[in-house]
Amino acid sequence: MMPILDRRRALGAGLLFGAAGMMPGLAFAAAGTARRFVFIIQRGAADGLSIVAPTGDPALAGLRGALVEPGGTRLDAMFTLHPALAGIAPLFAQGQARAYHAIASAYRDRSHFDGQNVLESGGALPYALKTGWMGRLMSLLPAAETNALALAPAVPLALRGALPVATYVPGALPAASDDLLRRVTMLYEPDRQLGPLWTEAMKTKALTGDIGGNNGRNGAQLGELAATLMNPADGARLMMIETGGWDTHSAQKARLAAQLRGLDALIGGLKTGLGPAWTDTLVLVATEFGRTAAVNGTGGTDHGTASAALLLGGALPAGPPVVAQWPGLGAAALYQDRDLMPTQALGDIVSAALAHHYALPKARVAGLFA
Amino acid sequence: MSEQAIALNRFGLGARGDERVGSDPRGWLKAQLAGFDPAPPAIAALPPRAEIIASLGAYRELVAMLRDERKAPGAAAAAISGDAATAASARADDTLRQSRQDVRRHYVAGVGARLTAALTTETPFAERLVHFWSNHFAVSVDKLPVVALAADYEFTAIRPNLGKRFGDMAWAAIRHPAMLVYLDQAQSIGPGSPLAQIAASRGGRRQLGLNENLAREVMELHTLGVRTGYDQADVTEFARALTGWTVAGLAGGPFERRLEQLGAPGQSVFAPALHEPGTRTIMGKSYAEAGEAQARAVLGDLAASPATAQHIAVKLARHFSADDPPPALVARLAAAFTASGGDLPTLHRTLVDSPEVWTGAGKFKSPWEWTVSALRATGADRIAPPPDRAMGDDSRPGARAGAQGLFQQLGQPVWKPGSPAGWDDTDATWAGPGALMTRVEVAERMAGRIGDRIDARSRAAAVLPGAALSAESAQAIARADSPAQGLALLLVAPEFMRR
Repeated sequence: MMPILDRRRALGAGLLFGAAGMMPGLAFAAAGTARRFVFIIQRGAADGLSIVAPTGDPALAGLRGALVEPGGTRLDAMFTLHPALAGIAPLFAQGQARAYHAIASAYRDRSHFDGQNVLESGGALPYALKTGWMGRLMSLLPAAETNALALAPAVPLALRGALPVATYVPGALPAASDDLLRRVTMLYEPDRQLGPLWTEAMKTKALTGDIGGNNGRNGAQLGELAATLMNPADGARLMMIETGGWDTHSAQKARLAAQLRGLDALIGGLKTGLGPAWTDTLVLVATEFGRTAAVNGTGGTDHGTASAALLLGGALPAGPPVVAQWPGLGAAALYQDRDLMPTQALGDIVSAALAHHYALPKARVAGLFA
Repeated sequence: MSEQAIALNRFGLGARGDERVGSDPRGWLKAQLAGFDPAPPAIAALPPRAEIIASLGAYRELVAMLRDERKAPGAAAAAISGDAATAASARADDTLRQSRQDVRRHYVAGVGARLTAALTTETPFAERLVHFWSNHFAVSVDKLPVVALAADYEFTAIRPNLGKRFGDMAWAAIRHPAMLVYLDQAQSIGPGSPLAQIAASRGGRRQLGLNENLAREVMELHTLGVRTGYDQADVTEFARALTGWTVAGLAGGPFERRLEQLGAPGQSVFAPALHEPGTRTIMGKSYAEAGEAQARAVLGDLAASPATAQHIAVKLARHFSADDPPPALVARLAAAFTASGGDLPTLHRTLVDSPEVWTGAGKFKSPWEWTVSALRATGADRIAPPPDRAMGDDSRPGARAGAQGLFQQLGQPVWKPGSPAGWDDTDATWAGPGALMTRVEVAERMAGRIGDRIDARSRAAAVLPGAALSAESAQAIARADSPAQGLALLLVAPEFMRR
């Protein structure tokens, strides 16, 4: 394998054929700024009532029965962190992790696909906006901080906006020959759709060096891969990581524990891989909506409303381990007699955190969410 | 693009180079609907469902046996004897892995048969429609029974119903064991059903009850479409009407033994003992208690709803025209759906006769579409199966070769959309930088194996006829430094990336 510097120089020559003028991220990338933001999306409606369980609520045991995990880490008088999140539990004590509970996006129905659309677009209604809140955030940031990358085959809605976004799929295919890549660059150059996509693909290839052999399947590897892509001076500054498998209609206890071990390892891999850069990193973990307050007939939970979100990173402002205006789980307190009632807007939490992270005026960031 | 090129690539699965579309592309396409073979040789040669179920049953028995062994009173004492216990445990894990592979081979064989059918068919338009409807009524191989049965699902619930009505296909799809297991219907029990009553009177530890997953997805994804007027109460009522439908031998849970009397393992059955008795009210209409016929009556009304006609029309139009399909095309398809009572051949012929589908640059191909068209263009009839050692380990997809490994690499593992909504059908889903790079890598590998056995210049004219290939692409292919590189450039040319 070619040393990475030579490889970049060779690719630079290839990029002359590309539309470099359209790529502000590329033009200013050398500066290497500090702030990093990662959005780990939990597709499928993750069960906030298990991840950060309100063990101090007298109604919990009656609703959940055997789904309530023994053990875990007590966060305060009301909440206990799921035992599978053992790796990130100490971060709560250090002020580097915080949970937000009884939160929801603007969406109040129970379709995954509409719910994810609102979660990612930041709109008031499904399909009201064609761009995502991360995509629009990029337009508020200095050009040097807008290098964005999704660990996905195509750009997820949250990152879509006016600026280009790279995608990277971990895989084990042998790399294509440089000669073929050069010819494809020429072939796609006049194509309005494929030209810009290919420029991004080549840019990402230059960054990943020889880590293509990392298949990224397990959480820790995925976290380390993400860190590898974010560490270089011209690496990604905004990243989105896809996680699925949260739709636990049946046999939730074992499935959710496995999911959370993966999430725990992912964040562990990310933190370790980022090293000192962790202190400049903000990580958001969020899902489209929560799950029913009560267990269903198949040891699982069905689509619900409010859930929990996590913020992690070395630069969180001081605050309690859990932020919640707890509505309670008593029968009268439930939303539509079945779900945890939302009492905080996810958009408000995310925009306040982003305003602090990037030292931006709160009003401008708040506009990202309808 | 020429009409020949559109018939071959947008309606069909990509040209092989030896088809004769003739002067009447529309007639060529319509004739395929009548000539479609629901069970071509590659599919007919697969083992029967009973054999698949037997492999699943063997795996489940093995799991139960190992669990009992580890719980047995002597187990703790035996475990003290160090090396011997470790060796026994390793042997057990190995047996279990073998057994899981035995189940998984049905998935691998099914993917291979689907691909071979797509590569060798004389009716590529009909095959494309199978893929479309299979994705509309999607299952995802995220649970072992679905891994085993996903191929059987497409081959027995979707394919034989391509020439029938939408309602027939929907009824077959939601009652197939793969769907009943995938969307948790197999375990759903009416809280007021005879069985739940018995369990309650015995003070059973486990709470038996409804699972509304299938009911919701039928309304949201299969028929009406989201936000079309139904509410949570309608979903719950439909879930109650559906109770009773389950799978013998696969439902799991405390009532499994009772179901064995109702049907052979793996067979979908209606178990009256699980059915919630009573009249159901759904979207203002009431459905009298009628046992298994109750859910059928509800589904019949859902399938005939104008909202369903609109939902299906949008999806079909999107697949064949553009992400935002022309309103006139959608209206025409919806009208044809309603007027014909959801007759699928009528709907498919209306599509062929719609002028909107015969214009435009086309959509970016999904990984499945691109791979099938690339293999057809190179004259392949299959992808070599992976060596045995690489088959079973789910945790290392990169290590797997063969068809299913390739589709995993390209981002679209067959029958594994990960959600009951199926794969998304828009450009933004598939046209990404990472996806382009992967296709270039795959194209180079594919072309490298063919070398100079194909002249990319003449093959390009055959698969993209009527000047469908741009002068720039033709020139790039002609100037390639080797025949293999020319073929790789054809397979990734902008015109070949779209259909």
